[in-house]
Amino acid sequence: MSMKTVNFTINGEAKSVQAESRQLLVHCIRETLGLTGTHVGCETSHCGACTIHLDGEPVKSCTMFAVQAEGKSLTTVEGLAIGGTLNPVQEGFWEEHGLQCGFCTPGMMMTATALLRTVNEPTETEIREAISGNLCRCTGYVNIVKAIQYAQRKMHATPAPEAVLQGGD
Amino acid sequence: MTQTIPMTAAAIGGMGHSMKRKEDPRFLQGKGNYVEDVNLPGMLWMDIVRSPYAHAKIVSIDASKALAIPGVLAVITGKDLEAYNLHWMPTLMSDTQMVLPVDKVMYQAQEVAAVIATDRYIAADGAAAVDVEYEELPVVVDPFKALLPDAPVLRTDKPGKTDNHIFHWEVGDAAVTDKAFAEADVVVKQDIYIPRIHVASIETCGCVASFEKTEGKLTVWMTTQAPHAIRTVFALVAGHVGLSEEKIRIISPDIGGGFGGKVPVYPGYVIAVAATVLIGKPVKWIEDRMENLQADSFARDYHTTAELAATKDGKLTALRFKTLADHGYADAAANPSKFPAGLYHICTGSYDLQAAHVEVDGAYTNKPPGGVAYRCSFRVTEAVHTIERMVDIMAHQIGMDPAALRMKNFIEKEQFPYKSVLGWEYDSGDYHAALQKAMDIIGYDDLRREQLEKRARGEYMGIGISSFTEIVGAGPSKDFDILGIKMFDSAEIRVHPTGKAIARFGTKSQGQGHETTYAQIVAQELGIPMAHVQVEEGDTDTAPYGLGTYASRSTPTSGAAAAMAARKIRDKARKIAAYLMEVAEEDLEWEPGKFTVKGNPEAFKTIQEIAFAAYTNHPQGMEAGLEATHYYDPPNLTYPFGSYICVVDIDAGTGQVHVRRFVAVDDCGNIINPMIVDGQIHGGLSMGLAPALYEEISYDEAGNCLGGSFIDYLVPTAVETPNWETDKTITPSPHHPFGAKGVGESATVGAPPAIANAVVDALWHLGVRHIDIPMTPSKVWKVLRDHGVTGS
Repeated sequence: MSMKTVNFTINGEAKSVQAESRQLLVHCIRETLGLTGTHVGCETSHCGACTIHLDGEPVKSCTMFAVQAEGKSLTTVEGLAIGGTLNPVQEGFWEEHGLQCGFCTPGMMMTATALLRTVNEPTETEIREAISGNLCRCTGYVNIVKAIQYAQRKMHATPAPEAVLQGGD
Repeated sequence: MTQTIPMTAAAIGGMGHSMKRKEDPRFLQGKGNYVEDVNLPGMLWMDIVRSPYAHAKIVSIDASKALAIPGVLAVITGKDLEAYNLHWMPTLMSDTQMVLPVDKVMYQAQEVAAVIATDRYIAADGAAAVDVEYEELPVVVDPFKALLPDAPVLRTDKPGKTDNHIFHWEVGDAAVTDKAFAEADVVVKQDIYIPRIHVASIETCGCVASFEKTEGKLTVWMTTQAPHAIRTVFALVAGHVGLSEEKIRIISPDIGGGFGGKVPVYPGYVIAVAATVLIGKPVKWIEDRMENLQADSFARDYHTTAELAATKDGKLTALRFKTLADHGYADAAANPSKFPAGLYHICTGSYDLQAAHVEVDGAYTNKPPGGVAYRCSFRVTEAVHTIERMVDIMAHQIGMDPAALRMKNFIEKEQFPYKSVLGWEYDSGDYHAALQKAMDIIGYDDLRREQLEKRARGEYMGIGISSFTEIVGAGPSKDFDILGIKMFDSAEIRVHPTGKAIARFGTKSQGQGHETTYAQIVAQELGIPMAHVQVEEGDTDTAPYGLGTYASRSTPTSGAAAAMAARKIRDKARKIAAYLMEVAEEDLEWEPGKFTVKGNPEAFKTIQEIAFAAYTNHPQGMEAGLEATHYYDPPNLTYPFGSYICVVDIDAGTGQVHVRRFVAVDDCGNIINPMIVDGQIHGGLSMGLAPALYEEISYDEAGNCLGGSFIDYLVPTAVETPNWETDKTITPSPHHPFGAKGVGESATVGAPPAIANAVVDALWHLGVRHIDIPMTPSKVWKVLRDHGVTGS
């Protein structure tokens, strides 16, 4: 298998990695770069545990090739907190008990963060639809919805929520 | 109905406080450490070749093409393991299952060979290149057909085995029950199938096995809910090839959901261990989702003919269940040894039944082995679903409101401790209060009026109740063991000189929040702030021995052990405090965090001062240090309970069931962390909704798995899941050290019949008596069509 050089930024850092053309992006992130916060739950795009941001859009990194990230800006869960301060979504998940085993949590938070960046005041239905590509087996989703609502409130009460949220992209 | 334990200050954060979870900061920042996150220098990857057939002879395995791929180091087959007598392994139920087959495969997706390579992609290439020639054999899918005299005998490995029958188990007095049925005014009878389902935790199973040849030490990071038991199993299975228990270390790191699916020893783990021992390098094996769904242990698969007898005014008099359990090709259930059908005989439920008889037979079929829980303790879901369906059928049959029938037949709170006719001693309960509370919250009478109005308009609305009794916290050593190991569990607490503590346990959290709740128990008992209590589990080299976390047993066993160990520490702390203040021990009063001299509130020693003294100024003749270990053997199980009410609307055009409201009133005794308990119930309810409406692993006649990926196996998303409404009553367990009961599985057990009852309740007037779960749109639509509803 031929190796390709792939250049992208991830969590604000420029990277140049060697990737087999068939290597999945999630394996590049987890194994080549050692960022193991992004998880794999199905390899078929159903569970969303592997959700990251690609140029600000949530994507499932288990069904993209690493070479497709060429020239892109990636954010993973490791890029959400800035200087050790949790972003409002992370804070909401902690406050509202929006996680249990924690395995789906990174992908769930990436989806939630993207939602709150595009929709100012999502309704409960909009939140549920937005996260319907992310499966959670532990929480029953009730507290995940509350966590996202918490983050939404927090962002509106904070002077520059966009800056906090977009940091790293 | 409030907690019967004192509240500590918020700064201490003992029981009853909704403390935020201590484990969350690492999960929120992508710093969890799950098995797949473990990477070791020189680590190799393993991929598994699996059978496309459900039953076939292996004619040949040709690995030459795979071995020719650069980076493929080895292909391991059953013949290779046979050389070490490791090709078969015992199951937890005294049966055997293959690690790798030598002559034939018994289910689709069974492991056939393993490829070891330098990279995950190369390992997958290797697996695809292994050429296996099969000769198909007749397939047995239906457990009823499996027991017919002309059925092919599947377990030809068992000398003298002439049929596919595994076990017969029965409990209760058949003659008394028969008599009660003969004398009954009303008898209802129903065939109820509870299908095969899969826990589908979002993290699949896997391991990293590493054998250090120079020290002869094996370390296995693995997705296991019971690391200590696994260590002993490995030592027993592989002792003859030199693996000795002191040289085996099992580490269960962060676990991405377990729900029972991570209790068994799967062949993949054993092959990875064999591979690292043979090759001398670490080997990683991580299942993909399809392997997980198609080959790992399933839950349920109970076919029951149920009968219930009553007087014409609705007094339940007798129950009779006859069940056929489909175990797949091996009985690899994870039950306590003495209970081949688990705790199924909790099936008299919340009712004061005086006659009952239950029979269960197990059968082999060409399906994956198993019979584990799906977030339920040992077949309790099967029991609860069946009794709760039958109670509803009886209520409708005699024209009585299902709530009224339940109220009439509940065990009265004064009857506790209550000895059930099938042999259990229920510890405590107040079933009337829980149901009444649920009815009040949901507005039961108004809903019944609304239902009548809607029915008159041709709309299908149903109200379903489930008043379940759970049985968790296995269990007392006189009856409960796994492979002979008694089902105690443990805690070890060490208080450091500066008054901080570390506590280690024999259990293993998979998301339940033990790092928080156990710290709260220690905080409650010792007054050390929970923030200063470090909780560790899952490393067999450091944690005290225990049987692990499943069947809602952690709080009833290890939680109890934590309290008992803390009380031993407190006893010693009292002696030290008395010494420091030069008073008699009897003159000291304890409140969380300090001993005070009676009548002199100014004279006290804090637990921190005492801890320091334990290392710096302890009484002569006393051992230094402040620590204790306790192995807790519960005197009884705990019996959490609850009443759930569900309202559904059914779309007559599509058969879609919409859960409009779901009220859950749970009682798990005294509560450690209300936020976490609520979260457990939310999750459990969702795992009750799932099999009620969506999930099923079924097979076609050739034994092809029809639910083998997330395309076909429908785990509910946030859209299908309703906004659960939860509330509680509190009836402490009288025998547990702080009055708690397990709770993690109550909702999974209680929810499915509430939903099923609601659907049938909506359709009863059409002549519908029962629908097996999952009540999918197509299934409900067919029922509607068959009962004359056009679907327009």
